[in-house]
Amino acid sequence: MKDEQSLPDEQEEKTGVSRRSFLKVFTGTAAGIGISQVFNPALVRALTKALEKHPVLWIQGQGCTGCSVSILNSVEPSIADVILKVINLEFLPTVMTSEGQTAMENLYRVADAYNGKFSLIVEGAIPTAADGKYCVVGEYHEKEITMVDLVKDLGSKAGSVIAVGSCASYGGIPAAKGNVTGATGVMEFFKQYAIKTPVVNIPGCPPHPDWMVGSLVYLLEKGIPELDSDGRPILFFGENIHEHCPRLEQYDNNNLSEKMSDAQGCRMELGCKGPNTYADCYKRKWNNGMNWCVDNALCIGCVEPGFPDSFSPFYEPA
Amino acid sequence: MAGCKPKTEAESDSSKQAALVSGGKKIKVAIDPITRIEGHLKVEVEIKDNVVSDARIFGGMYRGFEQILIGRDPRDATQITQRICGVCPTAHATASALALDDAFGITLTPNGRIARNLILGANFLQSHILHFYHLAALDYVNGPDVAPFVPRYAKNDVRVSKEINEEAVKQYLEALEMRKICHEMLALLGGKMPHVQGIMVGGTTEIPTREALNLYAEKFKVVKKFVMEKYIPLVYLLAGPYGDLLKTGGGYKNCVAWGVFPMDDAGNTLLKRGVYTDGKDYPVDVSLIKEYVKYSFFDDSTTGLNPRQGKTVPDVNKKDAYSFIKAPRYNGKPHEGGPLARMWVTNPELSKTGQEKLGVKRMRDIGDAAFSVLGRHVARAEETAMVADAVELWLSQAQPGKETFVPSPIPDSAEGLGLTEAPRGALLHYVDIKDKKIANYQITSATIWNANPMDDMGQRGPMEQALIGIPVPDPANPVNVGRLIRSFDP
Repeated sequence: MKDEQSLPDEQEEKTGVSRRSFLKVFTGTAAGIGISQVFNPALVRALTKALEKHPVLWIQGQGCTGCSVSILNSVEPSIADVILKVINLEFLPTVMTSEGQTAMENLYRVADAYNGKFSLIVEGAIPTAADGKYCVVGEYHEKEITMVDLVKDLGSKAGSVIAVGSCASYGGIPAAKGNVTGATGVMEFFKQYAIKTPVVNIPGCPPHPDWMVGSLVYLLEKGIPELDSDGRPILFFGENIHEHCPRLEQYDNNNLSEKMSDAQGCRMELGCKGPNTYADCYKRKWNNGMNWCVDNALCIGCVEPGFPDSFSPFYEPA
Repeated sequence: MAGCKPKTEAESDSSKQAALVSGGKKIKVAIDPITRIEGHLKVEVEIKDNVVSDARIFGGMYRGFEQILIGRDPRDATQITQRICGVCPTAHATASALALDDAFGITLTPNGRIARNLILGANFLQSHILHFYHLAALDYVNGPDVAPFVPRYAKNDVRVSKEINEEAVKQYLEALEMRKICHEMLALLGGKMPHVQGIMVGGTTEIPTREALNLYAEKFKVVKKFVMEKYIPLVYLLAGPYGDLLKTGGGYKNCVAWGVFPMDDAGNTLLKRGVYTDGKDYPVDVSLIKEYVKYSFFDDSTTGLNPRQGKTVPDVNKKDAYSFIKAPRYNGKPHEGGPLARMWVTNPELSKTGQEKLGVKRMRDIGDAAFSVLGRHVARAEETAMVADAVELWLSQAQPGKETFVPSPIPDSAEGLGLTEAPRGALLHYVDIKDKKIANYQITSATIWNANPMDDMGQRGPMEQALIGIPVPDPANPVNVGRLIRSFDP
């Protein structure tokens, strides 16, 4: 308790980012402070230490940029604070100023200078078919660099890897039935190439900004968080959506929505995948708490390794 | 730090290149990756006498959505196709839902149509703000001197005063907040963003409550104020120091616009449907669209097909091919899509600020200067104001508690066509349903119209053509190449 009480001033002073902001990330609500006490020391130090010692390189393969766009929606801390005060983001094609050779030189310079220390964020799947030709990410000294080349190279040099999104975690949409590109997630790819760097999966299509920011800060300071059997932090992916759904009581009372636009009722009969899905969306909600999938329509299981094929068709009845 | 990789036949030393350029020789410059876009693009330009004399755009990624969709429940397409683009999933959801509405034979309720407009409208505002400030602006002003705003080109041709630069950076940060608020508006009706749950065949899945509409309106007010008082004035402010960029980057000056935001149940749209080819206006005839693949990594036997007959058969080792993007042509000619194309086809009155700054009343009064690097930014900003006005109207028309969704069984077999607009341009989805499953699905997206390679007839893609004549006085710092490409918002 004492520790917690002494934190705000110190942290605010060093970073301008309030402790309260980070508490919200970890708990999903401002009220859930009890859980967050575990992380307080990490939060404080991460903000200052990470900046100096752990550059972050964010590379993109077969993806839609949706994970990058989602992290821009971070509320507390704001994305401006994340970029300017919390992490040292040396490479992210969607936002960085540099392009071409300037960008690629910087990427490799940081990877070499911080060998074994930098954090690699991978967004998008890695297409392993056709020598990786289905995704060319850049050119370095006139040589074409594929996503396969880049993940092999930087994956071996990184201190840790965060696979953001279901594509980088498990293959996701590009790996769905019918694909010809050999799309694969990072853990599977590392197995193929015997790369030992630890990987944390932050699945979701896309992941909630809090899951990404929270896991990144945790990783930078404390190391690998406790993971479930699918490589996801239990902190964010430990709870079954259906069992915690605010509509569970309606399910128990056999109040089932018959039509997609019914305001009330459990969505089970319409195809909701909440019973097979583990994430804290039900309490965290999306876009600054505005809404979430089940209140709007239904859950399609986007954080699960089997997404999309195991959850398709998304809607019922046929 | 050298920004790119200029190559000459004889030399690669940059001091000697200048001499070679002025001596009339050609040099090649490649930029890979092009950043601050969605996806993977490379550009290769040939420079002669300080201007681009040839250009190639390489689309570097293939995922195979059209193949992945085959055999699935047709309703899943609205969720799956959104994952094509995390910046504009709303547009893919809309195009897909329109194609399925068509195939299922559904007429939306008025409230369903308006709710879809409010969802897509919020994303137009989001996308245009994001594009100008966070993707394009760093071509014109310097960000803070920390990563990811450094490194940058050693000579990046930033011409604004220190005061304007500071103001622009302030607005960059404010715009991060604004685009986030746009997503919050969207989530109120669409569930979350990205990707959207609420758009589905038959309308939208959540009937708006009065509270949701009020909250949307409250958030929107803040965004509109920012658009009118910050975004639009800043775009025109840049036209001062960068006035030369209103004179370059025109390209073919052909436009495709499928129309977007139905304003009534008859389907009249806010931004009009139309085609503009070689200086003349035409109504849209979808049968005139054909996709060519001679220089794309797809099987040659599939070239020249209309999307209704379209096939997607990748051939990654094809000789002479250089892009994963097919080359769509309308009536045999390359056309650009996007805010400029839409505003040119619609020809609305400009904002008050626009009329004052440009001294003209309507979009087409701008004349040829509209087809330029900065002209595309002007069109995008003006369109943002226009969509903002329309959002106000839709908010006044939306009825709390009124049905937005029409349920319908999956047809045994049917075809459907969805034509709409993504923030970055014309978007077409085509679905062919057999035995209640997807038998064929074809997508011709905005960036496919703009960033495509040469076609079978030897015509460059629109972005390639627009690069021709772009000044590159310093090949080690080819700033204008990126500026031109990003003006299309690929």
